[in-house]
Amino acid sequence: MREITESAIQAVSSKALTLRQDIIRMLGEAGSGHTGGSLSSADIIACLYFWEMNIDPMQPRSAERDRFVLSKGHAAPLLYAALAERGYFPKSELLRLRKLGSPLQGHPDMRKVAGVDASTGSLGQGVSWAVGMALAAKIDGLDFRVYTLLGDGEIEEGLVWEAVMAAHHYKLDNLVAFLDHNRLQIDGPICEVMSPEPVADKFRAFGWETLSVDGHDHRQIMEALNKARTIAGRPTIIIADTVKGKGCSFMENKVEWHGSAPNKEQTSQALAELGCYE
Amino acid sequence: MEKQATRDAYGKALVELGRKYADVVVLDADLSKSTKTADFAKVFPARFINAGIAEQNLMGMAAGLAAAGKVAYASSFAIFATGRAFEIVRNSLAYASLNVKICATHAGITVGEDGGSHQSVEDISLMRSVPNMCVVVPADGMSTAKAVEAIYHRAGPVYLRLGRPAVPNLYDENMHFNIGRGIELRPGSDVTLIGCGIMVAKCLEASEILAREGIEAAVVDMHTIKPIDRELIVRQARETGAILTAEEHTVLGGLGSAVCEVVCSECPVPVERMGIMDLFGQSGTPDELLAYYGLTVDRIVANTRLLLQKKSRII
Ligand SMILES: Cc1ncc(C[n+]2csc(CCOP(=O)(O)OP(=O)(O)O)c2C)c(N)n1
Ligand SMILES: [Mg+2]
Repeated sequence: MREITESAIQAVSSKALTLRQDIIRMLGEAGSGHTGGSLSSADIIACLYFWEMNIDPMQPRSAERDRFVLSKGHAAPLLYAALAERGYFPKSELLRLRKLGSPLQGHPDMRKVAGVDASTGSLGQGVSWAVGMALAAKIDGLDFRVYTLLGDGEIEEGLVWEAVMAAHHYKLDNLVAFLDHNRLQIDGPICEVMSPEPVADKFRAFGWETLSVDGHDHRQIMEALNKARTIAGRPTIIIADTVKGKGCSFMENKVEWHGSAPNKEQTSQALAELGCYE
Repeated sequence: MEKQATRDAYGKALVELGRKYADVVVLDADLSKSTKTADFAKVFPARFINAGIAEQNLMGMAAGLAAAGKVAYASSFAIFATGRAFEIVRNSLAYASLNVKICATHAGITVGEDGGSHQSVEDISLMRSVPNMCVVVPADGMSTAKAVEAIYHRAGPVYLRLGRPAVPNLYDENMHFNIGRGIELRPGSDVTLIGCGIMVAKCLEASEILAREGIEAAVVDMHTIKPIDRELIVRQARETGAILTAEEHTVLGGLGSAVCEVVCSECPVPVERMGIMDLFGQSGTPDELLAYYGLTVDRIVANTRLLLQKKSRII
């Protein structure tokens, strides 16, 4: 259980803003990449990396550390921004996103970046990794926790539900999954392309502790994380209602911003909206 | 030189195909804007099925549609269409020899910045190893358009491998596309360059440089990897005595392997296989990656020179 103080919330909010600014800078420089889904998860990641998780950038491979698996691997810019801000590598590296020879690959590569716990990018596979890691903790009697982040389009993959079933079967109460419920995938709104709804009922039916939060409200996210620590014998899903592209008015709820990066002008405009004038 | 991405040609050709044949249905897995099946979806919404992000079900549903009499064109990125769905492709499409045409885009390293997780360098090997599967890798937009129709008329499952970036146009509309028949684009007596996909244009360019050095290189567009054109390979082996293959794919099990299988049993001559050397891809621009992995005109030229030395030592 971690204490939810005003100052903790304040600190996490300011980190979330920094992450959003870094995402825009990185993607603007890279000229390609996934903007919308990186911005929509920024508040969740800020809570995990700057409040919840038991991690130490000086010991990125410690056996006791908490693990995070970015199952929606295309939000790599967000993960990299959090790791750099947390001190795993210099922030100057961020501007080499997606460049030849950079450790910051288009999708996370655990062999290239300290702090990346799983190589992801093919949707649906990360949550299986997370289940495996949580199982390893049980086998070894270690009390680290495992966190993962899924997209709401991603859960259309059958593999997700195989993993969800296994997590319940093995009573993995050391596993917490977030669902970034921004209601968009690439070809359009999830409800028009291939509806996974009602998502809460599905997770409940699979035996998971099912919590719902506003995915941009840090206090609610923190409270849900604390609640998850009290649940014994089963995993927890935190369904986070989010806005894809959150923080940049012209990107919000726009399906086109799934896989495109801002040009120079758009980068300046987005940064201005995020409070930076460069 | 005019350019067109093979995926763009695919999108347009599918619409034409839909107009001609009422039994054509198209499936995608949340990538229709990238694979260009969105063009078909717009014109024939009732014959387009979006599986969502579920490539296994994409292929399973395609199998069912084909079993019920449709000709199903199923698209996604090559990595997911052949990789994620492999065993369904094997057991549902190929084992039952159903009329499903897997038309996968974003093959190879020219996917670019998305990186190694999204760059399929093993899809030709995977698909080639499955019984009943036909494997086609067109070199440009026009041959893609022709292939889209040709595979409709071929009974059974087909894998059509398409790319992301624009590539030079090599053919005009009078070209004939016969599945299983390679195209000799340039005659030559010293060596044969056999390419598929984006490497065909590079082989042609290399042959021009080689010609200036007095080396006459034949160039073949081997657009069908399976069934491979054995006759043409044997003839070229006999007539030129050395073969270089070039593909945007691992050298294990793709075009180079297919050519070697024919050459070593029917007319052994030295073969130099150019491709990706048992490595994963990574992020970078398509051109940077082609240079990094050695898939350039310069490297074709240099490797041809070395190959000719080998040939002269053997003879
Ligand atoms: C197995 C697989 N199929 C397809 C893709 C291509 N792809 C990347 S992101 C994406 C849409 C993801 O939508 P969602 O999970 O809702 O992500 P978010 O909205 O949070 O960005 C797709 C289809 C992929 N990466 N992996
Ligand atoms: Mg989404």
